[in-house]
Amino acid sequence: MITDFKPGMYDDVGVAPELAGLDLAEKPDGPAAAAMISAGIGILFLGIFTTGAVISSGLKSFLLWWEWGQGVGPLAGKATVATIIWLVSWLVLWLLWRNKDVVLKTAFYIGLGMGLVGALFTFPLFFDIFHT
Amino acid sequence: MELSSREVWTVIHGLVLGTLFLLAFAGGLAGLWSLKPGLMTTAGIKERMGRLYVGVWVMAAAAWGAVITGTWIVYPWYRVNLSTVGEDAYAGCANAILPNATCSPRDFLKSDVSGATSEWHAFGMEWKEHVTWAAPILATAAAFLVVYYGPRLIARPWLRAAVIVMFVGAFAAAVVGGAFGAFLNKVAPIV
Repeated sequence: MITDFKPGMYDDVGVAPELAGLDLAEKPDGPAAAAMISAGIGILFLGIFTTGAVISSGLKSFLLWWEWGQGVGPLAGKATVATIIWLVSWLVLWLLWRNKDVVLKTAFYIGLGMGLVGALFTFPLFFDIFHT
Repeated sequence: MELSSREVWTVIHGLVLGTLFLLAFAGGLAGLWSLKPGLMTTAGIKERMGRLYVGVWVMAAAAWGAVITGTWIVYPWYRVNLSTVGEDAYAGCANAILPNATCSPRDFLKSDVSGATSEWHAFGMEWKEHVTWAAPILATAAAFLVVYYGPRLIARPWLRAAVIVMFVGAFAAAVVGGAFGAFLNKVAPIV
């Protein structure tokens, strides 16, 4: 799935001759894969925190700490920590893959899968199952 | 004609930033959709891409602005507990027909004092407040991909489709927030 960047893998000008006049530099796919997967990670954690706060009072207390007395409640922690995890995962994957080629279809489907699970975990009819 | 500071912030959160998001999404989607081989000249691509870059980043910025103002400014006014008196959690909402100084919008909805309203909070607000945070994440990632590949998206239909999926995913998350936000502000306005 991950290989060293080798220019010439795509025949972009062959597919779209109008690009020839733009003199575009070739770029590795690693940074794009990092963006796709990290977006999925961010949304997955958003969902994990949403459902997790229903299940675990300890997690809910941790998430509540992030409101800084502003009256936002546990949503402050869910949003803030998920955003931090998204940004950190993006940075780490970018550092790892900035000069690599990564199979983009695989990266996209991994990101999509995590995003859909995360979205499900933010759905009230799902997390209400765990209310006691 | 005047607006309270709370009304001004709800307008900024929903109407100003929400409208900007929708406009940028419409323009961005049209731009992305038309990035197909053979449709544009080289000069046309240069002109089109500059506009697309601005559009996708405006959409991402509007999404961040909407969720941050919504979560940190408007939402505390919605959820503050004003109505508890002794053992009665909703005493301050007795006979209320709308939220007021002793009955916050959340108290009002959960109390069911003015019809069957509690599901507006339990389903509508609970879904909106969480899933909407997916919108800026997806919009930012999509904007990055558009700028990173630029005109090369024209030659890679599958990648362009993947970016569109992320772009539309951001919109879908924002629609949940926007639609329930509009309904909730109708049923239980921030006062």
